[in-house]
Amino acid sequence: MNVSENIKTWNRRRFVQAAALTGLSSLVPSAVLSGKHLGDLMTANQQIPGKHPDLIILNDRPWNAETPAHLLDQEVTSMDRLFVRNNGLVPEKTDPELWTLEIDGESAIKPQTFTLNQLKSEFQHHSLQLVLECGGNGRSEFDPPAKGNQWTTGAVGAPKWTGIRLKDVLERVGIKDDAVYIGYYGKDRHLSGDPNKVPISRGVPMSKALEDETLIAWAANGEDLPLMHGFPLRLVIGGWPASTSGKWLNRITIRNQIHDGAKMTGQSYRVPCEPVAPGSTVPDEQMCIIESMPVKSIITYPKTGAMVKPGKSIRFSGHAWAGDHSVKSVAYSIDYGVNWSPLAVDPPVNRLSWQHWRGEVKFEKPGYYEFWVRATDDLGSDQPMVLPGWNPRGYLNNACHRVAIKVQS
Amino acid sequence: MKRLMVLIGSIVIMFSCQQADKPAQAVEDMEPDENAERIQTDSISGLVIDENFELIRGQCTACHSAMLITQNNASRDGWEQMIRWMQKDQGLWDLGENEPKILDYLSKHYGLKKKGRRAPLTDVEWYELKDEL
Ligand code: HEC
Repeated sequence: MNVSENIKTWNRRRFVQAAALTGLSSLVPSAVLSGKHLGDLMTANQQIPGKHPDLIILNDRPWNAETPAHLLDQEVTSMDRLFVRNNGLVPEKTDPELWTLEIDGESAIKPQTFTLNQLKSEFQHHSLQLVLECGGNGRSEFDPPAKGNQWTTGAVGAPKWTGIRLKDVLERVGIKDDAVYIGYYGKDRHLSGDPNKVPISRGVPMSKALEDETLIAWAANGEDLPLMHGFPLRLVIGGWPASTSGKWLNRITIRNQIHDGAKMTGQSYRVPCEPVAPGSTVPDEQMCIIESMPVKSIITYPKTGAMVKPGKSIRFSGHAWAGDHSVKSVAYSIDYGVNWSPLAVDPPVNRLSWQHWRGEVKFEKPGYYEFWVRATDDLGSDQPMVLPGWNPRGYLNNACHRVAIKVQS
Repeated sequence: MKRLMVLIGSIVIMFSCQQADKPAQAVEDMEPDENAERIQTDSISGLVIDENFELIRGQCTACHSAMLITQNNASRDGWEQMIRWMQKDQGLWDLGENEPKILDYLSKHYGLKKKGRRAPLTDVEWYELKDEL
């Protein structure tokens, strides 16, 4: 950031504070106060630029929106339907011709800066369908309530990403023997307007960073990334909390310690190392970083609320995924978990993609039903039917998804 | 400083435009609350209109929209912890003598609510399924 930009932001920040203290901000449209530009301006009827109009908006500054389950029916999630989790404001300047990625850190042998064009021309391209799920997907169900965006079921999706392996770039730079973690930085701006504050800077251990499926991506579903999803460059780290897949990526640092960037420490993206009673206060030292996401599934067809005739078969379908693992089987119940029957489940198109399941169900008698689905991963772990372990920030709710069905003649 | 004055000037102008097409009026919530009073919410921020509401709109929507507040529920302690976290990591200033007023408002209107281990499915929009099978 150059000096004049710094001054501008600082003036604005001082103004924000002054305005807040005098109560002036209550008279001023919030768009002006946050200094946001097009990427962050909402349209009149509260839609995010470039996104499906039926996404559910949880926060309009910063943008956070989730996908209703029935819109996730596609095998490969289209980018206009993928959930949005922004921690800060969309960057102002994203010229791909000028974009660079710096690789540095205590454990980088020869720190180096690559242009986007260099990354595209000097490394082998890979295209993979990878699941991104927000660590807080399902947070809204926790009791006592957990702080943050109240996601229900739709902070998940699986587009097909194109880019290069993070591993190839890190190996070009050279990794010292003492490397333990990578941390990313992006160009999004902190909500306070303070240029010295970082909205989010997370990372993963070297073992995950060096997996074949860990990508630095510039495209999704055959097109450039949308601005809202990190244009022109982002990380895609399938199977781990989506907060590890940094957007607007311009720096990766190879660390000789666990990365300590914004939202790596304290209680963010961490759960109690040992299970705790609901509502407990857990000291920071007893909170552990979330790694692989748990086994989970979603019913994408039919949409909840279907009214059907008795004696008629209806089809059900959806997806299942299991963090670093694969899904071994999927089962359904229409009697609140008393009886479970198997569903057909496809193998993943590649490691860390989701798997599609489908089946047909006949409801003989009229009444109110719930269709429940439960996936089992290759370790034999099932999804719980009630909420899993309570945690202060409300992560990792993988309780089985339910849709309501009414059978009447 | 000159830049700052220009900024304030343009904000005032923008504000008058906003006034014209979107007056800051209360909208009546359809849900009656437990005390059978009607809850009024601010049409711009969505915050419940009650004593000190302007204070919350003034202090708490500078960085993010009020949607982040209205979707959360917590005890007074829980709200205090969120404020401490924002002060430590997110650049929130000292709220001074306003802090107790803000905490009173937040815990009154966005206090704890019971959900249980798994709530019934609610808000279902029923429709006739025309399945091709
Ligand atoms: C100086 C900037 C700033 C101000 C002013 C501010 N906040 Fe925040 N607040 C943040 C940031 C940054 C986050 C994190 C946003 C995210 O992760 O999407 C946040 C998050 C939150 C959250 C979600 C908590 C969580 O754990 O994610 C709530 C609720 C909240 N703020 C309430 C308030 C209230 C109430 C006030 C007024 C007392 C306030 N904020 C004022 C910066 C601010």
